[in-house]
Amino acid sequence: MINADGDLKVENLKVHFGKKTGLFGGPGQVVHAVDGVSFDVPAGSTLGIVGESGSGKSTTALAIMRLVELTQGKVTLGETIISDLEGDALRSERRRFQMIFQDPYSSLNPRERAGDIVKEPLHLMKIGTKAERDDRVSELFTQVGLRPEQQALFPHQFSGGQRQRLGFAKALATTPGLIVCDEPVSALDVAIQAQILNLMSDLQDQMGLTYLFISHDLGVVQHVCDEIAVMYLGQIVEQADRLSLFSRPRHPYTKALLAAVPTVHGSFVNGKRRLREPGMRIKGDPPSPINPPAGCRFAGRCPKAEDQCHETAPAFRHIDTGHKVACHLV
Amino acid sequence: MMNALLEVRDLIVEFKTRDGIVRVLDQISFDVNAGEILGIVGESGCGKSMTALSLMGLVPTPPGNIAGGRIAMQDQNLLDLDQEQLRHIRGSEISMIFQEPMSSLNPVFTVGEQIAEALRLHEKISSKEAMDRAIDMLQAVDIPEPESRSKAYPHQLSGGMRQRVMIAIGLACRPKLLIADEPTTALDATVQAQIFDLLKNLQKDMDTAIILITHDMGAIAELADRVAVMYAGRIVEQGSVVNVLMEPKHPYTKGLIDCVPHLETNPSTERKRLTEIPGVVPALDKLNQGCAFAPRCAQALSHCNDIKPQLDSVDNAVNIELDHADKNQELVACHLYGTTGNESQGVAG
Repeated sequence: MINADGDLKVENLKVHFGKKTGLFGGPGQVVHAVDGVSFDVPAGSTLGIVGESGSGKSTTALAIMRLVELTQGKVTLGETIISDLEGDALRSERRRFQMIFQDPYSSLNPRERAGDIVKEPLHLMKIGTKAERDDRVSELFTQVGLRPEQQALFPHQFSGGQRQRLGFAKALATTPGLIVCDEPVSALDVAIQAQILNLMSDLQDQMGLTYLFISHDLGVVQHVCDEIAVMYLGQIVEQADRLSLFSRPRHPYTKALLAAVPTVHGSFVNGKRRLREPGMRIKGDPPSPINPPAGCRFAGRCPKAEDQCHETAPAFRHIDTGHKVACHLV
Repeated sequence: MMNALLEVRDLIVEFKTRDGIVRVLDQISFDVNAGEILGIVGESGCGKSMTALSLMGLVPTPPGNIAGGRIAMQDQNLLDLDQEQLRHIRGSEISMIFQEPMSSLNPVFTVGEQIAEALRLHEKISSKEAMDRAIDMLQAVDIPEPESRSKAYPHQLSGGMRQRVMIAIGLACRPKLLIADEPTTALDATVQAQIFDLLKNLQKDMDTAIILITHDMGAIAELADRVAVMYAGRIVEQGSVVNVLMEPKHPYTKGLIDCVPHLETNPSTERKRLTEIPGVVPALDKLNQGCAFAPRCAQALSHCNDIKPQLDSVDNAVNIELDHADKNQELVACHLYGTTGNESQGVAG
């Protein structure tokens, strides 16, 4: 099925929190949560954003959903400039882009029945007659692998995986083209995680959905995403299709991130524990996004940093077809 | 053969609930040898953390109750000790670090004071001496500028630093056994890797045995020497890490390894489907008579639902050089292996 909502385009997105002037007129503290992020997600494909906590990946998701105020930048879905919409126009366009949250326990109203939770977006958007809405909810329950008779249950009567299925049913109610998923499986047990990831790819095949997939788990991202952007301290440091990113990572941060993931199969060679390559470990924690370093933001932790890295910020540029990197040393 | 530092035999823990008595640990047996890392892995609710609490004597009683078994630390049964005696052992012989370092550190004392407190509880030393040793510990866990950091409060440190402080407290009295309950689950990947390196180095330097509790098979592969896989309050498979991870026997272990998307350096352009374990972990008060995993198991035989498989040794099919006694220590509780299933089938038939 073809997705009619078109591509997602994000240009120079910035989200800053806080004030430039402090309480008594002194300099205030501004958190540069997202600082100039641009990417495209073609309709029907999945872009993954990976990064550690504080990298700005969730804020990017919220900004695209218009759930935090944009400081600067432009977000376009198909022909519609989402970042310019206000009031009723924004509300009615919301049917085209929906969101899945990390915690299926806190993102569902505990006092509402499952069927009503899924029906609510149809209500708000005034879609269909009462009978049509009822049919649609039953259809959605089946689509996400729940039984229509479970509509009468309350959220606490579902398991974590089932609750995340409910989240998908709710998000799909208005037939959106774009679904922004913020860590959709990280609160779930590994066995349940696989069920939800398989559901996501089934839904994408059936409906041609576009996914923006936010995660800290590189294994999961590799599994679901066509293209991956690696964020560090509010900026994208590397972006490439799945094959090039994982087979030829270029940015030292991406390399360190990949080396940090313990894997079952990568840990042994011929029945013996494999020794780690020294020098793949990075030290310390990411610096504060309040006063990000002037040059490359990763320079302070980078094992290969040179003088220029601390002085000038590297440009985010193409180095290969479909492979972009922001690093002086590549 | 090595003498085990800790011997757990047939440990049974039950909880009283409104619907009757629920068995949360069912005949758990394992050994931890001096200086080795034993991994305990499983989904939430399988009893991993309850095992740790039992070893520490921290099972909330009531409603909990250790209904049977033995926990022997160097030939002393910990279950025979009273709270006063246990307090001497906790922290000095066995200590524990938890998942969320922020909620296990005291927010109103400096981290130096908290490490020193652990030392002064178990050793007769002056507060000055304790503080000096606390600073040494901070240095041992790779905290930069340990002297000034010892005066910091927990909220002034990052998550990774806090977990380092927890490790410093845990290891301050050089315990023989450290229990790490999901020590890196709340941390980022690069910080997790740092903590793993630290644990490995400290374990080597101090010859401390570690029980690593986690749901992450990758973490087990990276750190552990041996592993026990738990499901619904029982150990279903146990053995050396190489054997269990490379040649898993129990269908649940296989499922746990296969359902995780594995990071590959050369991913195929085509997207593969993940192997699912259907269904969810059963509630412990609604277990069947037989193997608790049978309802979710694709290979279940007709008697799996009725007869409980016992943890039994399997002939090792993997041809890997093993250390001395390890060959006989590959255990699995599954009717698809060993002889218990067939015998019981005869009895049931």
